[in-house]
Amino acid sequence: MEELDWRFKIAHREAWIGLGLALFNFLWWFGFAYGLGSRPVEEYRYVFGLPDWFFYSCVVGFLLISVLVVIVVKFFFVEVPFDEEEEE
Amino acid sequence: MNYAVLVPMLVFLLIIFFIGYWSSRKLASSSNFISDYFLGGRELGGFVLAMTMVATYGSASSFLGGPGTAYTLGFGWVLLAMAQVVTGYFVLMILGKKYAIMARRYKAITMIDFLKARYNSTFVVLLSAFSIIVFLFSAMAAQWIGGARLVESLTGLSYNSALFLFAVSVLVYVTIGGFRAVALTDAVQGAVMLIGTLVLLIAVIVAGGGIPNIVNDLIAENPNLVTPYGANGDLTAAYVSSFWILVGVGVVGLPQIAVRAMSYKNSRAMHRALIIGTFVTGFIMLNMHLIGVFARPVMPGIEIGDKVIPLIALETLPPWVAGIVLAAPMAAIMSTVDSLLLLVSSSIVKDVYLNYVKPDATLKTIKRISFGVTGVLGIIVFLLALNPPELLIFLNLFAFGGLEAAFIWPIVLGLYWKWGNKYGAIASMMTGISSYIALHFYNLANGNLFGVHTVTVPVLLSLAAFIAFSLLIDRKAYQYTIQTPK
Repeated sequence: MEELDWRFKIAHREAWIGLGLALFNFLWWFGFAYGLGSRPVEEYRYVFGLPDWFFYSCVVGFLLISVLVVIVVKFFFVEVPFDEEEEE
Repeated sequence: MNYAVLVPMLVFLLIIFFIGYWSSRKLASSSNFISDYFLGGRELGGFVLAMTMVATYGSASSFLGGPGTAYTLGFGWVLLAMAQVVTGYFVLMILGKKYAIMARRYKAITMIDFLKARYNSTFVVLLSAFSIIVFLFSAMAAQWIGGARLVESLTGLSYNSALFLFAVSVLVYVTIGGFRAVALTDAVQGAVMLIGTLVLLIAVIVAGGGIPNIVNDLIAENPNLVTPYGANGDLTAAYVSSFWILVGVGVVGLPQIAVRAMSYKNSRAMHRALIIGTFVTGFIMLNMHLIGVFARPVMPGIEIGDKVIPLIALETLPPWVAGIVLAAPMAAIMSTVDSLLLLVSSSIVKDVYLNYVKPDATLKTIKRISFGVTGVLGIIVFLLALNPPELLIFLNLFAFGGLEAAFIWPIVLGLYWKWGNKYGAIASMMTGISSYIALHFYNLANGNLFGVHTVTVPVLLSLAAFIAFSLLIDRKAYQYTIQTPK
């Protein structure tokens, strides 16, 4: 008899999470960069001296993603053994 | 010669040598030489794993070329560089646990072992080994040239002597220490990069009189420098976004990265590596490229992009600090080179020699051949870097994009799509490489197709080829299941 390895279900879910996080990351990065960055330079505002589009897209985006990775890993990722189990 | 700069760098090299030596002693007592030499015995912890991925991936281009381009183009290039934050977690989450489990089940040491077991095809193995050897060899030679240039500009030695110094350092510790030496030195080098970029960023901001001041200077010079569109306004959203494939998600297909996803000790190490890797990658990329932009008002008129970082460090820091900080690009180059060197030699020894030439080689022979091949490869690269031939520079252009187009789908779909088979894999690799080369020429002549980076279209074409050929020829579901005894 064959049965699906229980660990694969976990692995597949985590791969989907990775894909979702990458998509979110892209949208955040793209949205702020071109949403705010397309205005004429005279209309830029500055946060800590950096242009606002850059600050939100790259600085906040990076920190936000780092935090999200921590949250996702701590709460949604499950530890599984990698070696084949010998029992059964 | 600037001794105050040189001494800290030499100390750094000595530490690296010591790690190589220490690893070689551990290797001598090893019971499983192949797995230990090429994979560090699958026992990397989270920190070392994260750092080795960052250091391997963060090459000469992130530390010299990238900031140099940011210097020329402004914030738009920093935006582009930040596409790399995704690699910090994406590779480990996608390959993740399934790759680790399958690699152990297949007893795979190299990425090609994985492909061999999954697709059960000699042709896939030889095609992969050939791509890895050709492309990575060229990529490696380019990095050596970068390393030699850096040593040259710091020491005032001639290019040839600088290259010799660099080559000997790399060869000694890779040859004796193997993967564990590489991974451990990567960890040290990663830490140096992390601290080095922060120190240099602060020094540049201080030298420029604060960020608002620097940004005003940039606007006064050319307002485009602070937009996402680059100094000449020619960085389009489509082009910049397509870098998400080349330097972001596509990195899953790079063999030197994929092999690291086999080497973690356990899930806990992988989880830690995810967190550390994301942060470190983002931090280094952000700082390094910002340094490039901020350097512009501080030191205007630098013509050669690669020299921006060394020059700005020498300008804004006390000499001995500059020496430590400049060890960062040195570290990046060395750690990329050593990983590539090991990967190319593992392809030759493990994937070709042990699979097809002499499967029953004794441990002693394997050892001797592994050291020998690694050493000989290093010497060939050295000779090529002395006077790089046209072909090499040409192939190097293809290295990363070509490998991604070739390998991304055979790896990812091989893991997650049960209908994937060897016909799909072969079609995908051939389509990827040939369309990448063809498109390269098309883009050179006509400007970028659809306004995106060359790698984008081949990645999509090779996906289509993978799916079509897997479904059309010899369609059969692959069993990922384990046989459980009744």
